[in-house]
Amino acid sequence: MAHLSRRRFLKIAGFSAGAAAIAGGGTRTLQAMATRGPAGETRTVPTSCDLCFWKCNAIAHVRDGRLWKITGNPADPLSRGRLCPRGTGGIGAHFDPSRLHAPLIRRQARGEEVWAEVTWDEALGYVADRMQKIKATYGPEAVALFAHGIGGAFLKHTLKAYGGVNIAAPSFAQCRGPRDVGFELTFGEGIGSPERTDIANARCLVLIGSHLGENMHNTQVQEFAEAIANGASIIVADPRFSIAASKARHYLPVKPGTDLALLLAWMNVLVTEGLYDKAYVEQFGFGFENFAAEIATRTPEWAYPETGIPPELIRETAREMARHRPATLVHPGRHTTWYGDDAQRARAIALLNALLGSWGRKGGFYYPSSMDVPGYPYPAYPKSERGKVDNPEHKFPFASEAITTGIREATISGKPYPIKGWLVYATNLVQALPAQEETIKAIQNLDLMVVVDVVPSEIAGWADVVLPETVYLERYDDLNVELFRDPFVALRQPVVPPPGDQKPNWWIARELAVKLGLGAYYPWKDIEEYLDHRLKAAGHSLAELKQVGIVKGAKPPRYFDEGVATEFATPSGKIEFYSSQLAAAGFDPVPRYTRPVEGPPGSFRLLYGRAPVHTFSRTQTNPILQDAMSENEVWVNASVGARMGLRSGDYVTLRNQDGVVSNRVKARVTEAIRPDCVFMVHGFGHTARGLRGAYGRGASDSQLITRYVTDPLMGGTGTNVNFVTIEAGA
Amino acid sequence: MARFGMVIDTRKCVGCMDCVIACKTENDVPDGHCRDWIGQRLQGTMPDLRLTITSERCNHCDRPPCVTCCPTGASHVHDFGKVVLVDHDKCIGCKACLAACPYDARFVHPDGYADKCTFCIHRVEKGLAPACVSVCPTHSMYFGDLDDPDSEVSRLIASRRHFVLKPDAGTQPRIFYLE
Repeated sequence: MAHLSRRRFLKIAGFSAGAAAIAGGGTRTLQAMATRGPAGETRTVPTSCDLCFWKCNAIAHVRDGRLWKITGNPADPLSRGRLCPRGTGGIGAHFDPSRLHAPLIRRQARGEEVWAEVTWDEALGYVADRMQKIKATYGPEAVALFAHGIGGAFLKHTLKAYGGVNIAAPSFAQCRGPRDVGFELTFGEGIGSPERTDIANARCLVLIGSHLGENMHNTQVQEFAEAIANGASIIVADPRFSIAASKARHYLPVKPGTDLALLLAWMNVLVTEGLYDKAYVEQFGFGFENFAAEIATRTPEWAYPETGIPPELIRETAREMARHRPATLVHPGRHTTWYGDDAQRARAIALLNALLGSWGRKGGFYYPSSMDVPGYPYPAYPKSERGKVDNPEHKFPFASEAITTGIREATISGKPYPIKGWLVYATNLVQALPAQEETIKAIQNLDLMVVVDVVPSEIAGWADVVLPETVYLERYDDLNVELFRDPFVALRQPVVPPPGDQKPNWWIARELAVKLGLGAYYPWKDIEEYLDHRLKAAGHSLAELKQVGIVKGAKPPRYFDEGVATEFATPSGKIEFYSSQLAAAGFDPVPRYTRPVEGPPGSFRLLYGRAPVHTFSRTQTNPILQDAMSENEVWVNASVGARMGLRSGDYVTLRNQDGVVSNRVKARVTEAIRPDCVFMVHGFGHTARGLRGAYGRGASDSQLITRYVTDPLMGGTGTNVNFVTIEAGA
Repeated sequence: MARFGMVIDTRKCVGCMDCVIACKTENDVPDGHCRDWIGQRLQGTMPDLRLTITSERCNHCDRPPCVTCCPTGASHVHDFGKVVLVDHDKCIGCKACLAACPYDARFVHPDGYADKCTFCIHRVEKGLAPACVSVCPTHSMYFGDLDDPDSEVSRLIASRRHFVLKPDAGTQPRIFYLE
């Protein structure tokens, strides 16, 4: 970033520095001035962050017309005035040297990353023309949309107006889906995002693989620190000694893939020792007797050889949870697609919480609410007779959202009907979906592949048309009407103009609709009119939101004892310890443990997770975040390292069970991981050549995830089932 | 006059680097350099491990070797808060201070002068906390006057077990880490 240097500033702006010295009353102040940034004209703009899906509300600071910094909006219940490191480094998205500047149309084979720059008219005309041809031959359902985040709202609208029905995001089947399904089956409701976890008030917090502090979901991390300060008892089960584990009273280095055995044993202790919340279970529970009979044999002694956790420690931690109930929160996690039986593991977490009486109670799970902000009154969408392709004949009976990998499969097989067009918005499917080969195979079957992105990501490399979007600091998005502890409506608005010919998603979606002859679905002339219309319908206005960024609603009751109705949207109307609908569908009505499949001898299970300064595979070219972390490491247990003669900082490659070899990656030889697994931060090892400073840096876990196990309940793709060997001297 | 110092609660700190990034944007720290950073020290063997995370920067020492070794007087103790600062125009970039600092807190700015943490004195003068303190999502950082026994930093130091970095260096650092 080419800033005016401070030294030059002093020479050019000697007058203002001198004036400050007089005001400050002495030459020593002048010398202090020499260490400060230039005192330019500063203005602030409230907006919302887009570095991750948390959507914290923020204040952008612009100095002398240039984006300077971004801080949390003190009025925001998500950020509580403080952004996470990604949010703080968010201005780097605007300055990113890898940014796409103009629309591109492919000139060579897909994946070659050779394009020609074209005008927006040409690019969108091309897309509309192909979409009309697909519609004529295969029907409108043959165009699918993958969209992640609030920015996808208008493209969804355009696709639905066109007649599209196949819309999915990796956030379900590659992330939080199993968790939400497990809780829906038990309590009749999912966890949502932001999670309805009352961490701040928890007296005991149990984390199973959830690495708060490395995953920086802002409010959760802030509340985690609050819980620590309040002396909450923290229990962490993780094969890796995570940051969260370092804060724990009890750390359980559980063998990968055996979490469900640990959960069953904890529940066994609570039931056999009579430590569970009997009144709560009596009042709200369904099928407890069947459940208790099922887990009667799941003793800590039974779990010990599975999990590697000594029986005394299992008992001690179960008693610790009981001691603090109902303010004991067993965190449901977020990225939970691990082993293919994940919805049942999530259900076991839900049941453990039910035994502790934490659902609907302070320090457990609160009831969120949202403000009433009506949607825009659009014309009705055309109806489809054919249904969606992602989950034919409800193969996955408890999937509550569309399955990305189901659309991919239909694109490969042409069944139940062909998919011929993909629109991809803000999700790098090459890194987000398991088995990259399948993604590429699906793309080869397409007549049209369109990617809307801000940088030339791997998925953009496979596109026919790449549409460069403005970053969040340069655009409006739809309103964030948040479902949260404190309901609010918040605005994202442009802070600075884009540096090139990038366009906001709402403009792209609207222009595409017009070219498709669907202009009637966009009765508003620009997004300001749209936003003002929605806000006025809720008793506010765009002018107001532009000033304050966020407006909060009334605080509703959050817990049962504050008046929340004790109603459960399950078939029995109760908390289902025994699930008749699971039994009817041929699944275990009470979760059962299956021993995980071991890898080849001498191999290590590949685990992956987050770092606090990056999101997915989308922030590695942000110059500020790249400066903070430019490549990932592979964590290798110290004894393994000693055996192999490896030292931290040595480069190695990883070879998976199918012979796929990673890019070279630095070893982190440490006591902080079990010897039977290795760990990497996801999102590195980029293969797209245009990603400056990120291309070829570190290794990609996604590349090594050639296998996955599909969750039979909901279609999630369990990906912790790959094994690698370590090859030194890379 | 005040004597500024910092207290950092290592129990709450998760080492997320928000402090590092906030400093970079607030102070336009050039790419490839930083004025603050995260230290991690892991002790023990699996599963009996202990991790100490330290958000580190210039300690604004009471006995600053960087000041006594400076041949031009560029490195100095400022009257306001006894903060250790560098006068860029006096600095000749000789790097004596880089060698003298036991905390490796300094670097040579691409413009040729020794650069480091200023405790965001430009913010403190306006009544604001340093940028790193103001953004910390875990609220693990505190800033204030060590000479005022009623300040939050003084009360925390008086009431909680704490340590400083490299006490043997004899520099009397003014960043205190709560255990």
